[in-house]
Amino acid sequence: MAPRFDLPTPDEETAPFWAGVNEDRLLIKHCNACGANHFYPRPFCPTCWSTDVEWCAASGRATLYTWSVVYNNDLPPFNERLPYVAALVDLEEGPRMMTNVVDCPFDELAAEMPLEVVYEQVSDDPFVKLPRFRPARG
Amino acid sequence: MKAEHQTVISGVGQSDVGRRLFRDPLELTLDACVEAIHDAGLTTKDIDGIATYPGPGGEPPGFSGAGAVEVQDALRLELGWWSGGIERPGQLGAVIDACMAVAFGLATHVLCFRSVFEGSAQGGGGRAAVMPGGSNRAAPRASGFMEWVLPYGAPSAAPWIAMMAQRHFHEYGTTPEQLGQIAVNARRNAALNPKAIYTDPMTIDDYLASRVIASPLRLFDCDVPCDGGTAMIVSHVDTIPDLRKPPVRVEAVGTALRGRPSWDQFDDLSTMAMRDAAVQMWSRTDLKPSDVQVAEMYDGFSFITLCWLEAMGFCGKGEAGAFLEGGHNIARDGVIPLNTHGGQLSSGRLHGFSFLHEACVQLWGEGGDRQLTSNPQVGVAAAGGGPMAGVLLLTKS
Ligand SMILES: [Zn+2]
Repeated sequence: MAPRFDLPTPDEETAPFWAGVNEDRLLIKHCNACGANHFYPRPFCPTCWSTDVEWCAASGRATLYTWSVVYNNDLPPFNERLPYVAALVDLEEGPRMMTNVVDCPFDELAAEMPLEVVYEQVSDDPFVKLPRFRPARG
Repeated sequence: MKAEHQTVISGVGQSDVGRRLFRDPLELTLDACVEAIHDAGLTTKDIDGIATYPGPGGEPPGFSGAGAVEVQDALRLELGWWSGGIERPGQLGAVIDACMAVAFGLATHVLCFRSVFEGSAQGGGGRAAVMPGGSNRAAPRASGFMEWVLPYGAPSAAPWIAMMAQRHFHEYGTTPEQLGQIAVNARRNAALNPKAIYTDPMTIDDYLASRVIASPLRLFDCDVPCDGGTAMIVSHVDTIPDLRKPPVRVEAVGTALRGRPSWDQFDDLSTMAMRDAAVQMWSRTDLKPSDVQVAEMYDGFSFITLCWLEAMGFCGKGEAGAFLEGGHNIARDGVIPLNTHGGQLSSGRLHGFSFLHEACVQLWGEGGDRQLTSNPQVGVAAAGGGPMAGVLLLTKS
């Protein structure tokens, strides 16, 4: 099998995030001490250093912070998907994350547009979904 | 005395530069080093310090022509201080470290160098061959930051910088025609540089016709991989009588990184770390942006230079688009002549050090065909993009 570059490689700390995605949940870390949410996930709160942090399901609602339509990427399998939209979205809960925007004509992309998460399966074995975003439908 | 004022740049050197030279990278490195030592009027016996970026060898292929230890041994240097590494405020952070070592008294003449052979290393494989985990190798373990960007097809600086540019376009109405002036200006200046790689004339229409790599960035917004080495000597101000020519003085430096150290989690992605480094640099001098007569500022991607223009105060935040309109302000006879050697966009990705080299050349009046007729007295050399930025303000003796 040709190497592919789109499969996440979880470690002990990040495995719950990717397991959540495979079950259609978008998990972020929430601090019970100060209330801050953070991303990427850490075993402690970067705001107050409390270790009383837990995974919480995000709403899946976000706004588009910025994006790029990628026309050039030789790495498989992206080379077969060109062009695609790489994007940074601001989650309703605060953190910003890299993702893809799908189901949106390129000329309708606009900063601050409301988005909603969609879990797209990209591999059967291993079973892998990725959290992507599409224009919010209501 | 301010620490910076204890340091000068006494000589510079540069090897042959080419798209693909297929020469021993250590030899290219030494060509630059020896030229810099001679330019300062020194010998290898005088050199007692080394500073380099990014340290020896490794990945991606061609990213480093030599490390500090290789050069020390090749030149049989006896060192009071040395340093090489990548985790620092941009490529020129190595030179700023050298200034600190000289001010601290650990060394008197520090050889600073940076060499690359990315052109040869890529061979016919194109830039993909030197991307993280390049297409001819096994899939990498995308740990740390890469775990959060690689699954979405954003594996390298091109899409990251493209997203920053798109945010700037959104917030400030910046246009491709405005951004493109940086590439057009670089090509115009490269035509005057005998070592430049791309010298064919390029119009803004040529720029707009080049293919989009990652919107809004086009091919001509990306620098060109090459082979070559660049070096300079940082000396103590007390050694001026020993030097071949009046040195360039270091007036102030900036290295700050106050935002989150990340390509995608920095607080304001319409700018980058140079926002913080520039504020710090201006806090360490009485000079003002309007005193600067030549600016050599990193252009690994054209949008990085746009951010430097704003960060350095050559125009206001968000105003770079209007400032770049038509290209007059950054031209050789403009408000702030920019990248007079052609930048990395047209003269080759020597990766940071060529900007300091060119700033010194212009202050010395040694630019030949590309020398600014204004004979500048104050210049800026800036390098780095994303979460890395280092900048030096320089004056003529
Ligand atoms: Zn907390």
